[in-house]
Amino acid sequence: MSAAIKIPYNSTERPDTGLYNAKLGVWLFLASEVMLFGALFSTYVLLRTGADTWEHGAEFLNVPLAFTNTMVLIFSSVTMVMSWASLKMKNFGKYKLYMGLTFLCGVAFLVIKSFEYAAKFEHHLLPSTSTFMALYFTMTGLHGLHVIGGMIVNGYLWGPGSKMWQTDPERFTNRVEVAGLYWHFVDLVWIFLFPTLYLLPGK
Amino acid sequence: MSDTHHEDVHSHVKTYIKVFVALAVGTIVTVLASNSHLGIILGIIVALIIATVKGSLVAAFFMHLSAERKPIYWVLALTATFVVVMVGLIMFARRDQQGRQQGIFAVPAGHVPVHHAETPEGAHKE
Repeated sequence: MSAAIKIPYNSTERPDTGLYNAKLGVWLFLASEVMLFGALFSTYVLLRTGADTWEHGAEFLNVPLAFTNTMVLIFSSVTMVMSWASLKMKNFGKYKLYMGLTFLCGVAFLVIKSFEYAAKFEHHLLPSTSTFMALYFTMTGLHGLHVIGGMIVNGYLWGPGSKMWQTDPERFTNRVEVAGLYWHFVDLVWIFLFPTLYLLPGK
Repeated sequence: MSDTHHEDVHSHVKTYIKVFVALAVGTIVTVLASNSHLGIILGIIVALIIATVKGSLVAAFFMHLSAERKPIYWVLALTATFVVVMVGLIMFARRDQQGRQQGIFAVPAGHVPVHHAETPEGAHKE
């Protein structure tokens, strides 16, 4: 009874799809994420076009901090993809370095975001203040939760999960690749959130 | 990308660095453009074009969509279709609302506008 059931196609490609299963699975998940954030961006468009006036985010949101956060996330996307590339080049030490940097970038992003939130609360800018602020907190809050989710996965793959490199390096490399797909998606969402909330002119 | 060879990875690393520089420059340009008072419509268009270019770079190179298998493209094409339908429905709903307010669209037969119903003819007669 000790024989474990082996999950097929987690390191090799399925003949019909040409993909290992986790990659197709993560892309299907990302498709649902596109719909989730798509609905929120649609809500923004509907509420903005329906409003008589609309705030210019730059007048009361902290653009320099958001700009810094954009750079942090872009840099983390590079370190993430470099961690995968390091495994492809069989360099586990560099993988640990780049994945560690990716995790730290996630920490930096959340710390900067928490400064921003604290300043808003201090100035009594709450979700109930205006439609704009409700959208700001909903969209950046949901994005922040996604960053936390990605950090949990990345932290696991940097720490205890990295033991798999010794036993099944192909499968481990694939795990890092699909975790990267998710992380890049979180970066991609922020690339649209930044101008939408902070930079677009009001009316 | 799952069949990537080791020698390919070395060339990919150079591409990743170039994409990073392009994304950083794009971010700076977005902020500069937003400070140059382009007006509402042009300001929105410029910001969204830059964001779309940056997003495409992330998807194409970091997410390896520039060289992926067909099933992933099909999944994304289906997703894009649903996003367009979702956004389209919302825009149609918005347009319909505006149209009714401005009298562009015909009021359905038998429909009694609310403000008329509140003050029917002879309502003030004693």
